[in-house]
Amino acid sequence: MKRQELQVAALRNGTVIDHIPSSKLFQVIGLLHLEGERSAVTIGYNLKSQKMGCKSIIKIADKFFSDAEVNQLSVVAPNVTLSVIRDFEVVEKKEVRMPEELIGIVKCDNHKCITNNEPMLTRFHFLGKERGTLQCHYCNREINLSDVKLAKG
Amino acid sequence: MENRSLVTIAHHSRQKIEYLIRMAQEFEKRPNRSLLCGRVVATLFFEPSTRTRLSFETAANRLGARVIGFADPKVTSGTKGETLKDTIMMVSNYADIIVMRHYLEGAAQYASEVSPVPVVNAGDGANQHPSQTMLDLYTIYQTQGTLENLNIYLVGDLKYGRTVHSLLTAMRHFSPTFHFIAPDELAMPEHYKMYCRENGIRYVEHQDFDADTIAGADILYMTRVQRERFTDLDEYERVKDRYLLSRSMLSKAKPNMKILHPLPRVNEIEYSIDDTPYAYYFQQARNGLYARQAILCDTLGITLDDIINDKTIIS
Repeated sequence: MKRQELQVAALRNGTVIDHIPSSKLFQVIGLLHLEGERSAVTIGYNLKSQKMGCKSIIKIADKFFSDAEVNQLSVVAPNVTLSVIRDFEVVEKKEVRMPEELIGIVKCDNHKCITNNEPMLTRFHFLGKERGTLQCHYCNREINLSDVKLAKG
Repeated sequence: MENRSLVTIAHHSRQKIEYLIRMAQEFEKRPNRSLLCGRVVATLFFEPSTRTRLSFETAANRLGARVIGFADPKVTSGTKGETLKDTIMMVSNYADIIVMRHYLEGAAQYASEVSPVPVVNAGDGANQHPSQTMLDLYTIYQTQGTLENLNIYLVGDLKYGRTVHSLLTAMRHFSPTFHFIAPDELAMPEHYKMYCRENGIRYVEHQDFDADTIAGADILYMTRVQRERFTDLDEYERVKDRYLLSRSMLSKAKPNMKILHPLPRVNEIEYSIDDTPYAYYFQQARNGLYARQAILCDTLGITLDDIINDKTIIS
């Protein structure tokens, strides 16, 4: 086994989220609500990666995510890989897919939008890969995926 | 209960638009009825708009409804920090329908989601103003006898003009040709031109605004070029008088051509045009009453059949 892989302990059951851009690690933690997690969470920050140069990794014991939860990562880290581990074996790989609707994730950049002025959740529609934009359900403002800011934090 | 709120007509089908036009025609013939007798309409104007409010309140009054509400946001609890949701929840205890004007974009959509009674959007910031669009469509139909295959010229502020954007969207069912005449700073935004291309709407952009350019118009839709929209005031000074319509520019106009304007006008339509057969902006404003009567009824679940077979007609 390579030395790098030994930096984080192997998992018996749970989820490994790999290839997280290090600059996005804390946003990923926030989006998956790992602050409140009670089982063991191992976080590798700024690990060397052949593919990415520098990456981060999260291992969460005894935790499995629904597709909807995984897809919350789409605006922040669309290229992460999720491996579902059971009894030390990878039994499933999950990809992040952009959901048609994002609720409470993205902040609207229109300061005159109702969502920035009421205690309420934002709601965005994904307008397709080709267009590469999200549209606010309330004020109809379109935001490029590259310019997205998160609603919280 | 099905949410019958009217937030936008951008998604209305052709059939739905034609249905509302049919309703408005009935109200034009006989506007005074007791169809809404016993109902309470709330008009909540978080931003003043006298014209729109009077039109909605007249529509409600002429149908026998009672009206509650406020015309000035300074008197509401919003100034005390009350949320929009709380105001809507409170008012929905009293009224059967809420007509709301708000300065924030998306406010009407949100209100319609939290409100137990239907909400009619009377304008939410720069976003949507469906009753204006409905009265524009009704006026175009009334003056041309059809909505099909018309040449519609949009003049003035095409960048921020909410009415011209909504009209563009609503006309997509009717195979129009749009003509855009605007200063560079206030030109039709690229995403609306993309919308035209995606929806097979023909459009032509013109540099000049003169008798020859508008000779082909069925509808000449004028808007106001506002000083505060310009970042470069020299540019404003250069263009401000270029988009004024004078009587001499109508020399080649088609006989069926009508001039519309959402009002208020400042100086963009010369006063001497008012008594020509082309001027139609005051009748257009009057149509706001019929369009809003149709909207109130449709939103409250009253059908075209109910209106045609109405036994409550006064005059």
